[in-house]
Amino acid sequence: MKFGIVVFPGSNCDEDCYHVAKDLLGCEADYIWHHDRDLKGADALILPGGFAYGDYRRAGTLARFSPVMESVAEFAGKGGAVLGICNGFQVLLEAGLLPGAMQINRGLRYVCRDVHMKVENDATPFTALYPKGSVVKMPIGHMEGNYTAPPETLAQLTREGRVVFRYCDAEGRVVDSANPNGATDGIAGICNREGNVVGLMPHPDRCSEALLGNDQGIRMFESAVAALSAAG
Amino acid sequence: MKVEVQVYPREGVLDPQGKAIAAALRRLGYGGVQDVRAGKVFFIEVAGSDANAVEADARKMAEELLANTVIEAFEVRVMA
Repeated sequence: MKFGIVVFPGSNCDEDCYHVAKDLLGCEADYIWHHDRDLKGADALILPGGFAYGDYRRAGTLARFSPVMESVAEFAGKGGAVLGICNGFQVLLEAGLLPGAMQINRGLRYVCRDVHMKVENDATPFTALYPKGSVVKMPIGHMEGNYTAPPETLAQLTREGRVVFRYCDAEGRVVDSANPNGATDGIAGICNREGNVVGLMPHPDRCSEALLGNDQGIRMFESAVAALSAAG
Repeated sequence: MKVEVQVYPREGVLDPQGKAIAAALRRLGYGGVQDVRAGKVFFIEVAGSDANAVEADARKMAEELLANTVIEAFEVRVMA
């Protein structure tokens, strides 16, 4: 099992993801520079957090024109597992691999704190080990996490069970007071129709070992190992 | 030639920045401010002298990169 971690100029969570894959899970892992098209035989791809291309114009916008994104789209189109974390999620939205767009947080401030999320889809390769309906705690750190999409897209996401995570309180209630950024319907993470491409704003990579005070995030990476090993 | 591309939130899309600016303007005493929509302007210099072609190019630039048409609309104006 090999994780490929895509590195854009300005990515800053690439080493965190590499550490989780390599040191904590004992998997193979390799960085994939944004100018390369070769995915180095990766079984799963991670687009890490950070500020790709300085977030110029909009977060994720310029990254989508990187040569590597053609390979990522092709990999995703063939059913390859792709996870976008925070800025990586924004890149997937701008690249059209996931629907919708991000606006600036409703409070107009960068928000950096722990949030709770309810797991609404446990059928993706990155959430298989979280029981559906369970509550997970992860940190966020972003300025543009206010997810929005046209009404028909939102209806479709709900109808097809493609909202993967929603912000909730510690008891699992999806309430506005637990929504850190104003995201529509408390959406924290979504997936594509096939379920193999997942994006979320919170950072599983920043809460994957007890040393950090929270290891609930490692289940996302373990899920991918379990799902892809089972698939053979 | 110079071309100006204005990009701004679509009608009906919540604009948190615009709302905050409107509130700040009212606090400053401009009580008549009813709504603000905050966008960006790009001034682009393009080689060529055919205004129609430059405008058509600028529209494509807006659709491909300058605007995110899920949440933003744009206007193109050829200056000279």
